[in-house]
Amino acid sequence: MAYSDKVIEHYQNPRNVGSFGSSKDVQTRTDVGVGIVGAPECGDVMQLQIKVSPQGVIEDAKFKCFGCGSAIASSSLATEWIKGKTVDQALTIKNTQIVEELSLPPVKIHCSVLAEDSIRTAIEDWKRKNGVSTPAAQVAAH
Amino acid sequence: MAPKLPIYMDNAATTRCDPRVVEAMLPYFTEKYGNSSSRNHKFGWEAEEAVDLAREQAAALIGANAKEIIWTSGATEGNNLAIKGAAHMYAKAPEGQPGRGHIITAVHEHKAVLDPCKRLQREGFEVTFLEPKADGVITADMVKAAMRPDTILVSIMWANNEIGTINEVPEIGKLCHEREVIFHTDATQWVGKMPTDVERDHIDLLSWSGHKIYGPKGVGALYVRRRKPRVRLEAMIDGGGHERGMRSGTLNVTGIVGFGKACELCKAEMDRDGQRLLKLRRRMETELAKRIEVTQVNGHAEKRLPHICNISFGFVEGESLLMGIKDIACSSGSACTSASLEPSYVLKSLGVGDELAHSSLRLSLGRWTTDEEVDYAVEKITKAVLHLRTMSPLYDLHKEGIDISKIQWQTH
Repeated sequence: MAYSDKVIEHYQNPRNVGSFGSSKDVQTRTDVGVGIVGAPECGDVMQLQIKVSPQGVIEDAKFKCFGCGSAIASSSLATEWIKGKTVDQALTIKNTQIVEELSLPPVKIHCSVLAEDSIRTAIEDWKRKNGVSTPAAQVAAH
Repeated sequence: MAPKLPIYMDNAATTRCDPRVVEAMLPYFTEKYGNSSSRNHKFGWEAEEAVDLAREQAAALIGANAKEIIWTSGATEGNNLAIKGAAHMYAKAPEGQPGRGHIITAVHEHKAVLDPCKRLQREGFEVTFLEPKADGVITADMVKAAMRPDTILVSIMWANNEIGTINEVPEIGKLCHEREVIFHTDATQWVGKMPTDVERDHIDLLSWSGHKIYGPKGVGALYVRRRKPRVRLEAMIDGGGHERGMRSGTLNVTGIVGFGKACELCKAEMDRDGQRLLKLRRRMETELAKRIEVTQVNGHAEKRLPHICNISFGFVEGESLLMGIKDIACSSGSACTSASLEPSYVLKSLGVGDELAHSSLRLSLGRWTTDEEVDYAVEKITKAVLHLRTMSPLYDLHKEGIDISKIQWQTH
């Protein structure tokens, strides 16, 4: 598999690797939203954690990833893109933008889908913890 | 001393052609370029003489008679010719009628065996695909239990190409001979590395390939037993009646010369090579397991080829690991490295879970693998695995004492 330079760069220098605490800790923290998508038997698991201000701004983001180089690069890129955005702005990020930025080949598109899913899941988790409802239009979009 | 990079540890995929083999081949490109079927001039005679010598060399490697060697383009062709050729020859009913015959093979055979068997299934033959236990070994008892009165053919590889596990081939051969069933073995990974005797080991059909034994690509051989029993095959390629009518086509004289030389060298050097590689492989496995927790060597612990190491590192995905060790040429059972996006069916067949397949590396050593290369690989792999674990959510869960298999994952 020939990777684009951007994928290799993210793989070698992944941004924002880490977490805001153990899986138990973050479960109860209302300022943190957690998204874990994928499955070990499918060969990729992405974990995205976002730290969100009461105003709904993503102040920090951390990822961990079990997956191929494209999966690591997609999640690394996702953390870069969502930092500083409001949750609603972050929800507008589409997997196709990740595909384009990283020049992912067709067989690796599912990595970008996982990254988009992890953003959505992490934001849903934060909203659930804080009693924020998701606009109906966005639910229908998925 | 630091080894020269990149390091080649994919000898189960193909091997470097031995320079002594290349040297033997060279005159047959530009000087002795005759067609071995040309009966009336020197060019033909010297080509035929070279082919005859190669036939002797190939036969000597497996304890056969030179007349029992059929030249092929490689083990894929050999397997196809053996399996389809025997099934069609020994079919118990003509095409389109039921009860054509029963064939036994195994789920973790090479595709070059599985796909011909599946084609025969569509043509009306019945095929049993044996399933190994976690150690990957196919035993004679498994074959015996699957035998039926209408069984015509058994095809079990000698050693597995992904995990190096050795099946009970002599015992299976003996059983087949007792039951008068034709026995074929895909010996691609075995021959040239391990002592082989088609008489002692009760083999009827055996295929192997030049490029796995430090010979050229595009040439192989199929052993076809001539007596007790005399095995007949229906040809797939019709034409000039070469190779006792079983495989027509002008012989690849240059390739065959190289194949013969490669066989000769393997016969002379296999003991020394084997002992050396076994030591190296054991050292590699021990050192990796010592440095990296949750490491598992796949396949049978002892019944394994000396040169193939298949090892899984928990919580790390194989393709990302390959990216981290890019100056070590090897392969992975991870889905992302396969065209089908499916993890290795061989590892899956051991029933050890898909996750392990995704996390596997196959490192296969060869004639030129050095101690320094093994040491370098151990260090490099350790570093890459530990680095990838720092970003693995599964490793975090493991450290927190959470059983990953008990989690409800959202599968796609």
